[in-house]
Amino acid sequence: MQRIGVFVCWCGSNIAATVDVQAVSDALAQEPGVVLSTNYQYMCSQAGQEMIQSAIREHGLTGVVICSCSPRMHEATFRKACQKAGLNPYMVEIANIREQCSWIHKEKATATEKAIALGKAAVAKVHLNAPLTAGQSPVTKRALVIGGGIAGIQTALDIADAGFAVDIVEIQPTIGGNMAQIDKTFPTLDCDACILTPKMVDAAQNDKNHILSYSQVEQVQGFVGNFTVTIRKKARYVDETRCTGCGLCTEKCPQKKVPNEFNLGMDNRRAIYIPFAQAVPKVAVIDPNYCTMLNTGKCGVCSKICTAGAINYHQKDELITRQYGAIVAATGFNPISMEKFDEYAYSQSPDVVTSLEFERLMNAAGPTGGVLLRPSDGQHPHTLVFVQCVGSRCDGGEKGKPYCSKICCMYTAKHAMLTREKYPDTEVYVFYIDVRTPGKNFDEFYRRAVEEYGVHYVKGMVGKVVPENGKLHVQASDLLGGRQLHIDADMVVLAAAIEPDKSARPLATMLTASMDTNDFFTEAHPKLRPVESPTAGVFLSGVCQGPKDIPETVAQAGAAAAKVIGLLTKDHLTCNPCVAHSDEAMCNGCSACEKVCPYGAITYESKPFRAPDRSTVLRRVAQVNPAVCQGCGACTVACPSGAMDLLGFSNQQILAEVDAICK
Amino acid sequence: MQVTTDFKPTIVAFCCNWCSYAGADLSGTNRLQYPANVKIIRIPCSCRMNPTFLLRAFQRGADGVILCGCHPGDCHYTTGNYYARRRMTQLFSLLDFLGIERERTRVEWVSAAEGAKFAQVMNDFVATVTRLGRNRRLEDLRCRK
Amino acid sequence: MQEMIRNKALELLKTGKADRVLAWRRGAFCYDVTPALFTDPEQLQKELVFDLFCAPNLSKSLIAESKKPGKTAVFLKSCDSYSLAQLCKEHRVDREKVYAVGVECHGTCDGESLRAAGITAPLRARAEGETLVVDTLYGEKTVSKQDALLERCRCCKSSRLVDCDEILGRQGEEHDSTRFDEVRRLQAMTARERYDFWQTELSRCIRCNACRNVCPACSCEKCVFDNPASGVENKGAANSFEEQLFHIIRAFHVAGRCTDCGECSRVCPQHIPLHLLNRKLILDANDLYGDYQAGADPDSRPPMMAFSPDDPEPDVIYGRTQP
Repeated sequence: MQRIGVFVCWCGSNIAATVDVQAVSDALAQEPGVVLSTNYQYMCSQAGQEMIQSAIREHGLTGVVICSCSPRMHEATFRKACQKAGLNPYMVEIANIREQCSWIHKEKATATEKAIALGKAAVAKVHLNAPLTAGQSPVTKRALVIGGGIAGIQTALDIADAGFAVDIVEIQPTIGGNMAQIDKTFPTLDCDACILTPKMVDAAQNDKNHILSYSQVEQVQGFVGNFTVTIRKKARYVDETRCTGCGLCTEKCPQKKVPNEFNLGMDNRRAIYIPFAQAVPKVAVIDPNYCTMLNTGKCGVCSKICTAGAINYHQKDELITRQYGAIVAATGFNPISMEKFDEYAYSQSPDVVTSLEFERLMNAAGPTGGVLLRPSDGQHPHTLVFVQCVGSRCDGGEKGKPYCSKICCMYTAKHAMLTREKYPDTEVYVFYIDVRTPGKNFDEFYRRAVEEYGVHYVKGMVGKVVPENGKLHVQASDLLGGRQLHIDADMVVLAAAIEPDKSARPLATMLTASMDTNDFFTEAHPKLRPVESPTAGVFLSGVCQGPKDIPETVAQAGAAAAKVIGLLTKDHLTCNPCVAHSDEAMCNGCSACEKVCPYGAITYESKPFRAPDRSTVLRRVAQVNPAVCQGCGACTVACPSGAMDLLGFSNQQILAEVDAICK
Repeated sequence: MQVTTDFKPTIVAFCCNWCSYAGADLSGTNRLQYPANVKIIRIPCSCRMNPTFLLRAFQRGADGVILCGCHPGDCHYTTGNYYARRRMTQLFSLLDFLGIERERTRVEWVSAAEGAKFAQVMNDFVATVTRLGRNRRLEDLRCRK
Repeated sequence: MQEMIRNKALELLKTGKADRVLAWRRGAFCYDVTPALFTDPEQLQKELVFDLFCAPNLSKSLIAESKKPGKTAVFLKSCDSYSLAQLCKEHRVDREKVYAVGVECHGTCDGESLRAAGITAPLRARAEGETLVVDTLYGEKTVSKQDALLERCRCCKSSRLVDCDEILGRQGEEHDSTRFDEVRRLQAMTARERYDFWQTELSRCIRCNACRNVCPACSCEKCVFDNPASGVENKGAANSFEEQLFHIIRAFHVAGRCTDCGECSRVCPQHIPLHLLNRKLILDANDLYGDYQAGADPDSRPPMMAFSPDDPEPDVIYGRTQP
């Protein structure tokens, strides 16, 4: 039998005015196990806390019930006070007689009666409480950043700056991501390469930072502070430690007809290549789909001319397994495929391009050397039509995305402005649903495009683009003018919606991180915890969480890094002790609990059990990892045998409360 | 809603710690009244709601049981209330199939900001259960008189 | 078919493909068929039976049998094969240690179902097309087979044999079953009428636990009703809670896991139509969350362990029955 002390708080007159506190403490004194029941003006005050503490010592209390305000207010206070007096903090229960009693009832008799009932329920629960100890788990002081775009680079650099080791895993042969393909950035129009490439170099030179390019996460195990990650480092067929990045092989390789993905297939590269001049690491890679040597065994030109002897046709994929304390997802985005948007004739005419392709056409390192030329005939275009929201803000249907891609309004304004600036002889039309420019200096930028650069902004959607006699016949509606427009354009640029990278969904499964229906990672709380995933130890950086532009991405990357640093500075993590617990003797091993656990906290193990005939049987039983379990209790109800229970909110504790209330 | 009768039903309200319990606190902070027959039991999440709790409450004399949780999509534990919703749907349906008055059980989504909604839901639920009278059917289910 | 099964069982024992055979044996009466475990070929040759009365679902016995060393061969009717598949899905049976032989089934009956069709004291029975010819103490009687079959067989959901290593006879398919008709009939009643119906039925319950003990979904290491920590323990009259709510809790525990084999109602000595509770839950889940049959597919996710953000709210049930 527990020795329980009951402490009824007046809360000044907040409780005492509508609840007869003396009657409550007198009534609860009659409950079994209650050895002391008293009341006081302010239990949470220093004097009140000392009163509880001395009672614990004097009466040898094993459990404490405090009838006071909401546990959301002072549960932590009272637990701490009791702990100081040597009582396990989880032997304290609060009966909420203020917010849920004295404040909502006017009649003293009714309120007193209810307060007694709530107190009895708390006493009944405390009888079944057991001392709980918060476990501790060590923290591996190394972070993993998945994705080497600007989000991943910034997160990694910030973590490395704080002195922690960090690995970037990038699926491409170079880091840089989408930002590396951009020509200029809005709203300042500074050269993109000039701001990104120094960061890439920083990332490569920081000795706390390690780049695993051309690599992919294969498996994630473990939990916050203790992740074990297996990474596949794909065969480059080039020894990274030997290659000097001289680029001779990429000039001599006889296989010249490989579409260059960096320029979105608008020109060609060789089978051995360096993605772009500022690539990091600046190491060649052989494309196994096109290399003659790898496919037929005949060629070997690159190997012959490489003075560093870096070419290795027999290189194999390598599996690396490392421990991490925290993981940051920074898997980024891609523009959606334009296949389903046949009305814009994207697949019919090379002069219909996406905005990212346009970006490359304007870039000095692009396929045209930065001179804007029509892809079809290399002529200078005179009339350009930009179409906004292609695939963004589509309601329903398979075709597009329901969300706003957020960046298109601004980059289209940038494209229009740059076109007019470089080529004043052009006519530039932008068709839009709304122009959205919330951001520092964004609206000013857009207005400059309209007012200073004379870009024709037309509210309305383009209905159809028809290639005709070397021109693109654009039919569109001008909603404000209330008329149909017919424009013979030389080029049409589509602001394609962006979508999370395809690698994000399988990654989310590995991380047991949740995703929304659009495959963006969901945050732990949309307002208050926007850079954490609901899975402890997994953080979010950049567009993988939702569309955002570069400054927002960098800000979030820094925020994610701050959260990671906060985690890695700890030597141990204190776990919530109110976690699920499985009684192995009753566990069926049926996997019901595992299926409903949102955190992947449950695993299975075969354990030996003694059968009634004294033989030993191996049985599959559930194991809860207390460091990962967050204590929601979904498993306890899914469990058919009742083997799974929740500490602090056990079946018996809740039933005892029910019984006390329904008496 | 005012119901004039001497019968005071016993109502057990299971509230998830993160939304509805906080919503109940808020209705207190705002001094919004609801009948004292409603007694709240705090559970971490609506998915902790074991059908046994509900049945036990009825067996021990409760006249109505209500489960309150975060709005679907806002669960603190991401998915808990989605499971709770399916479980309670099936449980309520089974009770209804057995002929137990369907108005005695209810699920409501109350956020931490919806103090007014909490009070209103409780007022409404108490009125409904008061109209039904004492819960006899479940107790008598096995006793053919 | 009995010959085929005997020969197959002997072959499995002799070739060492199986160390023991789980099948059926006859008791004192022709309809008194019980599960039996054979290791001795001679005994098997003598005692193994297969006929219309082989109603017992053998799959649950495999939980214990599959823990023994070596392999157990088992004969399964289609509904039994669903149960085994579900048990394997829940890791209750190690499929590797079972050699499952599916047998073509055209329905089963028992003493009770014959009596309901007006036949008492049967000695032997055989099916001739759609007619059942029964030798009784009072001479030969004939009865329409459909009338004499067990309720579950009259509205058989599927003749498909799921996940068998071998099939004797023909593989069957799923049927457009009438199994939910009775549930729908009750749904159409008023709540008061439903209550009266169930009160009449459940008042007969003697808490013998036969339904639980036979149910292949009730496969827990330790049943909550036997477990003091569950808060719902206590036998019989010690606590009326369990008495009243045993069947509700039991139906809920097997929700999404019940293969609708109908054993619960078959073994109930008080003839309570317990399967209706399970079928009600299956029907609801099918209607609200999409068709799902436990045991039919090893990879599908049961409705109670899945969700959709667009699931209906619990008050959807108001539209499904009469108030």
